[in-house]
Amino acid sequence: MQQAAGNPRDLGPSVIGPGHDLGSVTDKITSIVLKRETPRGWWIGLGVCLSLAGVLLIAIVKLLADGVGVWGLNVPVGWGFAIINFVWWIGIGHAGTLISAILLLFRQEWRTSINRFAEAMTIFAVMCAGIFPLLHVGRPWLAYWLLPYPNTMALWPQFRSPLLWDVFAVSTYATVSLLFWYIGLIPDFATLRDRAKSKPFKVAYGMLALGWRGAARHWERYETAYLLLAGLATPLVVSVHTVVSFDFAVGIIPGWHATIMPPYFVAGAIYSGFAMVMTLAIPLRAVFGLKDFITMRHLQNMAKIILATDLIVAYGYAMEAFFAWYSGNKYESGMMWGRMVGPYWWAYWSLMLCNVAIPQLLWFKRVRSNVLVLFIICLIVNVGMWLERFVIVVTSLSRDFLPSSWDMYAGTKWDWMLYIGTIGLFGTLVFLFIRFLPMISIFEMRTLVPKSEAGTEASGFEEVE
Amino acid sequence: MAQIFHPSFNTLSRVSIFGAVFFLGAAVWGWDRLLRSPYNTQVNVAREQPVPFSHKHHVAGLGIDCRFCHTSVEESAFAGIPPTKTCMGCHSLVWKDAPMLEKIRESYRTDAPVEWVRVHDLPDFAYFDHSIHVSKGIGCTTCHGQVDEMPLTWRENTLNMDWCLSCHRDPEVFVRDRADVFSTEWRPDDVSAEERAELAERYHLESMTNCSVCHR
Repeated sequence: MQQAAGNPRDLGPSVIGPGHDLGSVTDKITSIVLKRETPRGWWIGLGVCLSLAGVLLIAIVKLLADGVGVWGLNVPVGWGFAIINFVWWIGIGHAGTLISAILLLFRQEWRTSINRFAEAMTIFAVMCAGIFPLLHVGRPWLAYWLLPYPNTMALWPQFRSPLLWDVFAVSTYATVSLLFWYIGLIPDFATLRDRAKSKPFKVAYGMLALGWRGAARHWERYETAYLLLAGLATPLVVSVHTVVSFDFAVGIIPGWHATIMPPYFVAGAIYSGFAMVMTLAIPLRAVFGLKDFITMRHLQNMAKIILATDLIVAYGYAMEAFFAWYSGNKYESGMMWGRMVGPYWWAYWSLMLCNVAIPQLLWFKRVRSNVLVLFIICLIVNVGMWLERFVIVVTSLSRDFLPSSWDMYAGTKWDWMLYIGTIGLFGTLVFLFIRFLPMISIFEMRTLVPKSEAGTEASGFEEVE
Repeated sequence: MAQIFHPSFNTLSRVSIFGAVFFLGAAVWGWDRLLRSPYNTQVNVAREQPVPFSHKHHVAGLGIDCRFCHTSVEESAFAGIPPTKTCMGCHSLVWKDAPMLEKIRESYRTDAPVEWVRVHDLPDFAYFDHSIHVSKGIGCTTCHGQVDEMPLTWRENTLNMDWCLSCHRDPEVFVRDRADVFSTEWRPDDVSAEERAELAERYHLESMTNCSVCHR
């Protein structure tokens, strides 16, 4: 935080609004969780999301009753929606880990007010992602066969398959993210325990707080554990989506078999993850009056990260096209032409519009300070990243080496119901989270309080809505 | 501030957090033991049959060859369950009025087969062929045990995949001379390692662990 007067690097708005003291920060955040009356908007939002989660349930029951034939999958497109949605959700989770771990290690204090719900978002996104491969194995009740354990078949999983690496990458990721989130919550659980009025809430938060008393020894151990977990989580930001990209890169299909896949996937994951954090943060700060905590500074910083990662992703698209030509490989160039002018041209050009053209608006400071435009751009980015996976999975599989095996693919209504259903599940979990857990880290926000007096005059920013 | 929890919760939470690893480990171990137990695999569990047929009596006592009843074992995938006529070949003369054999005679009169309880039943996704095993020098008792000592038949081996693979990975350990395949007197020690190696070469035995050998 170099916001003292005369600093040549004016970083714009502060990370916390003016006039807050330790008590007001705690009151503001805990009141969202502890106040008696539940806002009507919360009930409506939860109702909508729960209904969509019901659609998910119906789609899963139908799938289990009738088998994967209800999906649009068929030779040659054997992957389709299940893999598109899996990669989409896993990618979204990445922003949470980046914010919590990497920005923590780089001492980026502005992460403080967004890390908690970004981590929650990571966990919920991984849960949604996990549904797809589990169902895609066909017999989910035998999914434990993916784990290496002593069994009567004398079989081990195929360690040479990137699909198995996925199992380890994603389950490690889910475990570390959950631990990180939970450890960070412990001091806040104790605050809630002490402030809760009713016995059941005292007991529930008390059990979750694991006997936290805020002793110096507790804080010392907490800091060590948190830092260690941050160190553990940091490589995961890169490794998880690298392994996911191996699902494609290890295959020999044109459009998949490329060394550019891992970095381009990781950048895309962070890009889509930050877009999702913004998609959640913008309405949340408006509805719950948190504009003092999630300030324009946060939104602008995230917009810059989105722009930076978007440039990497756009470079990836450019290199795919360039090497399709430069390699002189007729299958590669056939794949590229197929994407651009083939039957799925609409997906490719929509992708270019959503992921390459529109995010360039973020170069402009006026766009970065306009909350509504930022929100719309983030929604477009979410769509764009879904289209990216659609283009990669479907166009490559539907046009492989043998023209006689070419065929078109489209998701059935069950595919769409499953996809929309996971969005409902995600929304449901987010709504429950904001009602029952502190969505902003209380104790970390308290550490920012001394900054709130110094920082604000430096900013010449007016928020435009 | 009033205490929310009794002091004993300290112990309780420590035990449940650190104990979780052991509870979980014990549960996995217990499940594995259950799957490998006779309760699940039915190894050494004699099956009740509609007529209490004794292999011990017919094989060890009377010296009847396996192939007298299981006629197709050398040519087909299925060894064959003998029709009632095979029983009646003897039992229309021997023990022809025994009450124990009434079901056999009834089956013969009504031409409805006796519903024997199958002891060795592989799942349908596993392809198994008796003839190739027999002609490669794998004897009956290697898989089915000492049938000549079974009053009622039981399963000698689990038929689990790890059991199949224990031989498919290294069939040389179990091979015997083709002439001894149907012998119940033959014991594994009767052949030396050199003889087994020689037999393996003669019968072209090799490790067969490709998935599609059995799952076609």
